Amino acid sequence: MQEATRAITLESLLAEVARLKAEGWRFVTLTASELDAERLELLYHFDRELRLQHLRAAVAKTAEVPSISPVFFAAALVENEVQDLFGLRFTGLLLDFRGRLYLEEESPMPPFCRRGREAEAPRGGGGSEAPGGESCATR
Amino acid sequence: MRHTVIPFGPQHPVLPEPIHLQLTIREERVIEARPALGFVHRGLERLVESRDIAQMVQVVERVCGICSMIHAHCFCMGVEALLGIEAPPRAQVLRVMWSELHRVQSHLLWLGLFADCLGFESLFMQFWRIRERILDLSEATAGNRVIVSVNVIGGVRRDPDDAQLAWMSAEIDRIEEDLRRLEPATLDDPTVRRRTVGKGVLSRAQAWELGAVGPTARASGIAEDIRLTKYAAYGRLYFEPVVETDGDSHARLRVRFREALASLDLVRRAIRLLPAGEVRLKLKEPPAPHGETVVRVEQPRGELVYYLKGSGEKRLDRVRIRTPTFANLPALLVMLPGVSLSDVPVVTLSIDPCISCTER
Repeated sequence: MQEATRAITLESLLAEVARLKAEGWRFVTLTASELDAERLELLYHFDRELRLQHLRAAVAKTAEVPSISPVFFAAALVENEVQDLFGLRFTGLLLDFRGRLYLEEESPMPPFCRRGREAEAPRGGGGSEAPGGESCATR
Repeated sequence: MRHTVIPFGPQHPVLPEPIHLQLTIREERVIEARPALGFVHRGLERLVESRDIAQMVQVVERVCGICSMIHAHCFCMGVEALLGIEAPPRAQVLRVMWSELHRVQSHLLWLGLFADCLGFESLFMQFWRIRERILDLSEATAGNRVIVSVNVIGGVRRDPDDAQLAWMSAEIDRIEEDLRRLEPATLDDPTVRRRTVGKGVLSRAQAWELGAVGPTARASGIAEDIRLTKYAAYGRLYFEPVVETDGDSHARLRVRFREALASLDLVRRAIRLLPAGEVRLKLKEPPAPHGETVVRVEQPRGELVYYLKGSGEKRLDRVRIRTPTFANLPALLVMLPGVSLSDVPVVTLSIDPCISCTER
């Protein structure tokens, strides 16, 4: 997939996505992965005539990422999912569940970040353990 | 004019699994639908932190009971791509054979549920009676009815013998004949047509814009099917996607009915194509892939996407699963406005929602 992947910055994200849409690319999904204690990687996947293209951006966990849902409404749910599971904040989301798509008040936050600033108890009490035995960091 | 906000789900007679739609209604017409998920979210992707790659095959099989084989197929193809290996040709064809059996049983399950949702109980029973025979084929050749655990990294773990394959081929002929007999009652019945024609229309432009996939997209005229990428043995089997253009619930019904017939034909041709040889590579050591890949297959509900990332350890760093129902939910939110409240169950079911997949 390396040859079909381009690195971008958050500043150029919306322009890049709008360009891909104008060229006939369909939004497939967004993948978030944890790079280290401070950063996440976002991979935006697009399809045109059964070929894939990817946009890659490394972002700080505390960054505010512009939502691409005004360009592709299809991205709204997956951006909410990343917001829930990785604690990343998206701005301009057309359908914003504010971290409550999957999670409840007492859920560990954010559950998919293993390497947080420090291990803390989840909001609302009721401790939770990650499968690896580490406590989840609090956003 | 006053609006009324009512809940649809998470428990509803037409929904086998929990999803909630908050419907804003004006004079019995939906003007807005807003979804709520998370009732059964399991966070299976995080199990990659504590399960090795062989164990993850068992985990991804449990993302969805209806298409367990296809999840495992996709995951194994991804790991094999990272390792730079390919399953033997016989295993590739067997994977297609079992995948298409899964597609048939999934479509028959949905056709039965859809008939039940319309109040057509006898048709529901007919579809599920036929489906039982597909499950018998799965049990005899793959060892289980639903969670078909045949995939391993580098191939498959079972190899049906010639007698089983001959019986299977003959049984497929009989099943096809019985299924064709249901076509007039399914597609031409006046009540079915009145409940589905023109209901929940999704135009081609909307389907593309909203990222719809699978039968939902193909019923709106988008001729996209991941099997056209010729993964596994699909490149050696002539295959054309089933496409309709009306974009309504009846078009989605027609696509699934005809896809079930097309899949039966694919199973039969896969059996004829089956080459002799090994079905599993002998790996010298436990797989520890390095790198990242995106792999896609066509599930009964559409495009299934796996992103895998490894760093040379026995456990992967990241597994991300994008299921087709997750991709089709935005389209559902656009289909519902304008629909009569009494048609909401039919239109919702017409995308064949799999909440087990969505809440992976």
